[in-house]
Amino acid sequence: MLDFTPKEIIERTSGGLINPAKTCQPIGAMYAALGIHKCLPHSHGSQGCCAYHRSHLTRHFRDPILASTSSFTEGASVFGGGANLKTAIKNVFAIYNPDVMAIHTTCLTETIGDDIPAFLGQAEIPEGKIVIHANTPSYVGSHITGFSNMTRGMVNYLSEAATETKKEQVNIIPGFVNPGDMREIKRLVRAMGINFIMFPDTSGVVDSPMTGKFEMFPQGGTTVKELKDTGNSKLTIVLGSFASTDAAIALERKCKVPAKTLKTPIGVKATDEFLMTLRNTFVTEIPYELEEERGQLVDIMVDTHHQFHGKKVAIFGDPDIVIALTEFVLSLGMVPVHVLTGTPGSTFEKEVKAMLLESGLKGNVKAAGDLFQFHQWIKNEPVDLIIGNTYGKYIARAEDIPLVRVGFPILDRSVHSYMPIVGYKGAMRLVEMISNALLERQDRDAADEDFELVM
Amino acid sequence: MAAIPLNDVEIKEREKSIVIKGKQKKQLICDTESIAGCVSQRACVYCGARVVLNPVTDAVHLVHGPIGCASYTWDIRGSLSSGSELYRNSFSTDLKEEDVIFGGEKKLASAIDQLVEKYRAELVFVYSTCIVGVIGDDLEAVCKAAAQKHGIEVIPVQSSGFIGNKAAGYRAACDALLRLIKPGGRQVKKREKCINYLGDFNLAGEAWIIRNYLRQMGVEVNVTFTGDSRYTALKKAPEACLNIIQCAGSMNYLASKMKELFDIPYINVSFLGLEDTADSLRRIAEFFNDSEITRRTEELIRSESARVKLIVEGYREKFRGKKAAVYVGGGFKAISLIKQFREIGIEVVMIGTQTGRKDEYETINELVNDGTVVLDDANPTELERFMTEKGAHLLVGGVKERPLAYKLGVAFIDHNHDRKHPLSGFVGAVNFAEEVYSTLCSPVWKYVR
Ligand code: SF4
Ligand code: SF4
Repeated sequence: MLDFTPKEIIERTSGGLINPAKTCQPIGAMYAALGIHKCLPHSHGSQGCCAYHRSHLTRHFRDPILASTSSFTEGASVFGGGANLKTAIKNVFAIYNPDVMAIHTTCLTETIGDDIPAFLGQAEIPEGKIVIHANTPSYVGSHITGFSNMTRGMVNYLSEAATETKKEQVNIIPGFVNPGDMREIKRLVRAMGINFIMFPDTSGVVDSPMTGKFEMFPQGGTTVKELKDTGNSKLTIVLGSFASTDAAIALERKCKVPAKTLKTPIGVKATDEFLMTLRNTFVTEIPYELEEERGQLVDIMVDTHHQFHGKKVAIFGDPDIVIALTEFVLSLGMVPVHVLTGTPGSTFEKEVKAMLLESGLKGNVKAAGDLFQFHQWIKNEPVDLIIGNTYGKYIARAEDIPLVRVGFPILDRSVHSYMPIVGYKGAMRLVEMISNALLERQDRDAADEDFELVM
Repeated sequence: MAAIPLNDVEIKEREKSIVIKGKQKKQLICDTESIAGCVSQRACVYCGARVVLNPVTDAVHLVHGPIGCASYTWDIRGSLSSGSELYRNSFSTDLKEEDVIFGGEKKLASAIDQLVEKYRAELVFVYSTCIVGVIGDDLEAVCKAAAQKHGIEVIPVQSSGFIGNKAAGYRAACDALLRLIKPGGRQVKKREKCINYLGDFNLAGEAWIIRNYLRQMGVEVNVTFTGDSRYTALKKAPEACLNIIQCAGSMNYLASKMKELFDIPYINVSFLGLEDTADSLRRIAEFFNDSEITRRTEELIRSESARVKLIVEGYREKFRGKKAAVYVGGGFKAISLIKQFREIGIEVVMIGTQTGRKDEYETINELVNDGTVVLDDANPTELERFMTEKGAHLLVGGVKERPLAYKLGVAFIDHNHDRKHPLSGFVGAVNFAEEVYSTLCSPVWKYVR
């Protein structure tokens, strides 16, 4: 019924998208800004964009998402948004009193050419308060680009190299992941006994506890003091190049903090690499606690590998996550036949293709794609499983294929944002999710005589 | 009404948008622009237009703009269809930097071509977003050329976001619908006992419930604007002999235009709550002045009321002493909710809307008790403050208000896009009471400290 996608692949030349696998920059910038302690994201543009971004984030995280807007009118779009922004800054600090106001632009303000730094130069910013900004035109890149731009904005505005010698501490940029993942990454680094600054850090902000009181600014988020101190760290670890490399490069230039780019730590290999990188620079060994977790994960993979071997899977979502997931499902013996992201970027295709090649496989791989195309691929070469966000449910239903929900946004299930997919624990959870989906399907389809108790 | 003292409201300009019902007279100011720097709960013109047109099920809804505007409106409304599901796909021209510099007209034209070819659609709505307004694409011309080329309807929706708020979007949508239904040279044959139903988007199948009631009365629904509607049905809109309007905020304009152009009279109705439903059905029957219709209407009201009345009243006991806060999109819904809460014995202590009009606020003011806070375009801080101050146990709102209510330990009902059960008609009144009960009386609140 919901299946409108024809099987025959038609050349599409118009450049438009059908059923997108990405969204626009500002929402990523808004999400990143929420990862600063006591920060109010501000959308410089019409109120509609801001309302959409807040609703969308609210649906995914099921927590209040607050952001202010410059509330453009026709006048502002003709004469520029300087006056609106100045009023907005005054009002934001007078009413909501955040420590930081993080401004991002929208398509509209980018198109009319509003010069934010110039406006900021003329604005009255109260003593002790901070305003940062990032340009986030949605006609470039995707929500991941917006996340990256705002994270870089944090470095541009706040990072300072204050000490002569670098401190024994590491910066970690986690990328566009859930607060549950950020908590897990922090747990790993803590277990290693290493001092760290993670930014942005949305844990404790978009997964805040229920207290019976509404906190405009919950406990979580990277503090301004920490953000400044990132310039004094010995190393920056980037987890996922698309969402986080730009900030690390800016930090390297500005404060001479060397950067190392790794994959989002999904699965044994990527988590190993993350922990080894930490060990090589800071400590002599990995604690038993983590060795044990790794051992458990491998044990689980061995116990279940027969379920996965040769199973075909189609993966879509944000580039850093999809690249890491591809590596992980390969390690389980699965065959990723279709791999797609909506975010543009040629390195995505290169990286995924290289991984496939290494496993002796070939598949459809595309950046800047849409779900119409993804669906066509699946029609032409069916798979056993789809891994992706909520929007995969239409294809899953049309083709009767199980869907494991991973990524952003997930609008039709809850609790996911509290649970990690990163680290050894996160990989265990993924194995459980994938295995359950496949076995559930096997049970559903089994004839009476094949219906088994022990599987 | 007592004006709120200045230092009580965090920001001076907001003072005029909040009143507490009491002795003194003060007019609430509404329909103004939101203030820069506010955390407004309001949406934009495009949002308003899309909400109204989206339920046209067999149309291609093409968003001309960067990807975001299309992404966020991909199948988010629970408007049900009995036929095509084409409207549940997301189409965007995905404007890029070079399009912004050189214009997006070519890209738009070729996107229309490809979509029409692929989906064999007879109707395309092309929505303009903020940026299109600025780069100056001539939507009108592109649509006209495409319509001629394919021999179908390609209708531009002028919904650039910054030219007003959601209400301006409703108007843009109505303008688009008017273009669609104008008969051109065709002769309009009026059909007796046949009406159009305006302002129901068939969320959770609500329009089907009403259509069914009317059928039992002997009245046929010609077409619903726009819940579960399609191209051919909309085209026949001028044939109706009466328009009934539920969501007045979005549809009054269209109704008055249809009166002017096709001489179709209209009445405002509401199918929220037992009282309003019965009253509305009676007024429709009255219009026809036909004893058979009147008899069948009374019969319907009698049997339906009998079926649900006891259930609804049973809930009154459980809800004794409970208070509700309401923050919804339009004034019509707010008014109905006050009455609906009254039916189940709950007092409304705070009420606000995003786009309510002056006359609607007057009605609200007549309906609520003294001391009730009435506010326009509220921000979360205000919602929190008045809910806490007034001791509300339950909030009715949209997606952005839900987690706010939960954080305060307050029960919540979605009366918006995310609604899951039909809340219209007699059965809707039962669903409403049940939904209130399931959230208000859930054991989870016991664990909130
Ligand atoms: S106008 Fe741009 S920023 Fe606003 S929702 Fe659309 S794509 Fe996103
Ligand atoms: S760009 Fe304009 S039309 Fe699009 S969401 Fe923003 S305000 Fe609405």
